Amino acid sequence: MSVLIFAEAKNGNYKKNAFEAVYYGSQLASAIGTEAFVFTIGDGANAADLGKYGASKIWFNNAQAKTDSQVVSAMVAQAAEKAEATHVVLSNSALGKAVAGRIAVKLDASLVSGANALPIGNTVTKGVFSGKAIASFEMSGDKHVISLMGNSLKPVETGSSGIPEAIELDIPQTKLKVIETKTVDGVVPLPEAELVVSAGRGMKGPENWGIIEDLANVLGATTACSRPVADTGWRPHHEHVGQTGVAIRPNLYIAAGISGAIQHLAGVNSSKTIVVINKDPEAPFFKAADYGVLGDLFDVVPRLTEAIKKFKA
Amino acid sequence: MNLLVCISKTPETTAKISFIEDNSKFNTEGVQYIMNPYDEWYALVRAIELKEKHGGKVIAMNVGPASNDIIIRKALAIGADEAVRVDAEPDSSMFVAKQIANYAQENAIDIVFCGKETIDYNGSEVASITAEMLDLPFVSYASKMEFDGTTATIERDIEGGVEVVQVEKPFVLSASKGLAEQRIPNMKGIMMAKRKPLNVVEAVGHDSKSKLLSYTMPQGKQEVKMIDPENMDELVRLLHEEAKVI
Repeated sequence: MSVLIFAEAKNGNYKKNAFEAVYYGSQLASAIGTEAFVFTIGDGANAADLGKYGASKIWFNNAQAKTDSQVVSAMVAQAAEKAEATHVVLSNSALGKAVAGRIAVKLDASLVSGANALPIGNTVTKGVFSGKAIASFEMSGDKHVISLMGNSLKPVETGSSGIPEAIELDIPQTKLKVIETKTVDGVVPLPEAELVVSAGRGMKGPENWGIIEDLANVLGATTACSRPVADTGWRPHHEHVGQTGVAIRPNLYIAAGISGAIQHLAGVNSSKTIVVINKDPEAPFFKAADYGVLGDLFDVVPRLTEAIKKFKA
Repeated sequence: MNLLVCISKTPETTAKISFIEDNSKFNTEGVQYIMNPYDEWYALVRAIELKEKHGGKVIAMNVGPASNDIIIRKALAIGADEAVRVDAEPDSSMFVAKQIANYAQENAIDIVFCGKETIDYNGSEVASITAEMLDLPFVSYASKMEFDGTTATIERDIEGGVEVVQVEKPFVLSASKGLAEQRIPNMKGIMMAKRKPLNVVEAVGHDSKSKLLSYTMPQGKQEVKMIDPENMDELVRLLHEEAKVI
């Protein structure tokens, strides 16, 4: 018996979502009295640190197709069988969402995607209705696949570095040809960001975004925007948070000049702390906020940037 | 070319969320239902565009009770050629995927289109499971798609950017924003929809292993604390000491 964790690598490196999955899996393993094994795709070079979050074995396989759900799910399912795993844990990331269902079918397992806490017995919870409610699911059968919503728990170092071991797997031929990958370097992607500074139509135009970027820079935050801002091309599409954009749950979400339409709230209301800056006292976003600042964002945002600089110094 | 578009019914975005029977069931009273936006705006419309260019037919598929026919008719009004409803109360995404996979297999489907997720359960599960049951490639979160009749070049959303992939039909795709522009059904479409076939079929059996037990509401937010706009040091202090986020 074991818990098999699929730790996702990005360009050969491991980030928060991988550590969270390993920590969650190892906590689950100790709760059910078994061991946590990690499987990862890559050359294993940076995989040793995964052991620090409680994994007793780290397996890797350097397959070519790292993002094809057909290939990845076949590999994870084989690793799970090799580990005689009762549970497979992975991140609810873009890749995690593409493979979780496939793995559950291959293993004839139950599936809960986007879990927000450790299971209690065979029951596990997740947010539904865009975070407006929490649903409990009962998993039956003897195998279970759980994908973990980002920022649901804080990974703690409980073990020591492991020695990654290469394993042989039967890798199917990929039917997807990756032509190009376009990502912005040096920025924490929104779904993984702990701190987010977001702005909306109240900015009046794309040329004014400097004050938002300054605030994000002093905080070490990622920038985001509302739908109208992305639709008019003021900001890139991947920055759009809300119902039809990216759903996020950072520790801190600062919204400047966003009124807080229900579709926007649906994407951000799981944030731990929300700060709303708006000059309209009737802005519905104030009702969903923890802290509100009623004022002109062109005065308030630079002032907040200065206050944070002072605090950090 | 046969294009299958999976459409689901979800509560409208502004619907009040509450539960009944010991919090074990969603309270449907007074709730307006809509076609899941990702299914309608992006998956369905892109499938119709492909049919307009390459020929073939678009089949809209739903798994649910007869009360769902209203959203199925809307899909026909927007431009699907025919529809099929599997008459059942689905209890899990595995059950739904099983019905889709079964239909796709029997009807020589070239591309299965789904929305990237439903806006109620946000699971993103059905497309992935369906692809596996059909042993087909799966392109998730597609935001742009070119198709030459055989090979599709697709941009899909990944964390902080996009990945461009090529895949030959048959395959399964899940649609995110950008794949197409929303179409509003016109009067002609609405009239024609009444005459298009909507076939009702029986479900194939499936033993679901994940069962929804109950719901809880998250703890309500405390009243917002208003901060003097002149005093941002106070906001920083609260974010550090009270909220502990910086």
